[in-house]
Amino acid sequence: MTDMNEARLALVLRLADDHLILGHRVSEWCGHAPMLEEDLAMPNMALDLIGQARSLYQYAAELEGKGRSEDDLAYMRREREYRNCLLVERPNGDFAHTMLRQLYFAAFMEAYWTECLTSSDETIRAIAAKAIKEVAYHIRHASEWVVRLGDGTEESASRMAAAVEALHRYTGELFQSDAVTDAMAQAGVAPDPASLKPAFEQTIGPIFAAAGLAVPESDVGPRGGRSGIHGEEMGHLLAELQYMQRTYPGATW
Amino acid sequence: MVTTAQGTDAARAWEAAASVPDPEVPCVTVADLGILRSVDLDDDGTAVAKVTPTYSGCPATLAIEMAVEAALRDAGFEVRVERVLHPAWTTDWITEEGREKLREYGIAPPKKASNSIRALFGEEEVACPKCGSTETERVSEFGSTPCKAHWRCLSCREPFDYFKCL
Repeated sequence: MTDMNEARLALVLRLADDHLILGHRVSEWCGHAPMLEEDLAMPNMALDLIGQARSLYQYAAELEGKGRSEDDLAYMRREREYRNCLLVERPNGDFAHTMLRQLYFAAFMEAYWTECLTSSDETIRAIAAKAIKEVAYHIRHASEWVVRLGDGTEESASRMAAAVEALHRYTGELFQSDAVTDAMAQAGVAPDPASLKPAFEQTIGPIFAAAGLAVPESDVGPRGGRSGIHGEEMGHLLAELQYMQRTYPGATW
Repeated sequence: MVTTAQGTDAARAWEAAASVPDPEVPCVTVADLGILRSVDLDDDGTAVAKVTPTYSGCPATLAIEMAVEAALRDAGFEVRVERVLHPAWTTDWITEEGREKLREYGIAPPKKASNSIRALFGEEEVACPKCGSTETERVSEFGSTPCKAHWRCLSCREPFDYFKCL
């Protein structure tokens, strides 16, 4: 039973880290987006992601039962302790990169949360019921941009193609199964990520087609996020994310 | 709406908590929005208010919990506010009265029956809260708060907020 609890905690932390790190990345656009509507859209989506992360961290803290709070988990861990996938920590790059990253993650999470609606875990069920509707907006927003840029000017199309080239290989990690996901799938808590590939492809396929983009045949690329091995950019991200709590531990206002 | 009235004190506690306005959309109360799930009295008389967040990242959640707590204290109760996640809040929890108040305030209320995700996007007919015309268009999916989208009316030319269907 302890193993099951450990697997559950590991799973919830992975999800929480995915959402926090992507939420932070998206928030970096605040004040820098190319137009006012997008400057509203980016922090709004960041809020959705960070809100989902909060619910997940609260649950993780409860499962851990060691008196750590959601803030401790979000702000006071070391880089190697974060279990987010590598896709979400990729730098924003240009708008094509940001929107494609958003589409990939949202398309994956929509499939993931759909399965979680019937989870044997009541809290995950509740978080999924909320998140799945928010993620639907993210897919719509990101897909509009992927189509607009992919099917736009020569310049925008080449940037979109470059984003696919750079980011598609990070999607393989999303579908990676291991002991944690196997245990959780068996217990009916969360889906086996490998099983979500068809749903993911069904979501992005028509969008790529409308954007005039080819879906790359291979999604094989760097992995390691689930065991805490991150890219160089992760440290820079955490330096900013954790700055306040590291400088003034326990600061509240 | 889930209310539990076990006598006048319980009813008074509900009244006090239910009258708290939403901090970002002050024309409606937390009861109108369906985010105040229940107020019960403990054996020792402590008022236990159950509040649910609207959107996962709604920054007003904490402010709402504090306002509910303050309202109950003002009414003379010891208070405990509990955050509940299930059943998940959807815009279908907004009462008819709440919808009407939103419209009068100039915010187009959300569509009913939001339970199918893809169906959320099937219909896009939003009536202008000012003139009632359905000749409207979406300017931006994301508006002044996480719960609203930015629309404009093509008949009376007024921009308006649309409370997003969730």
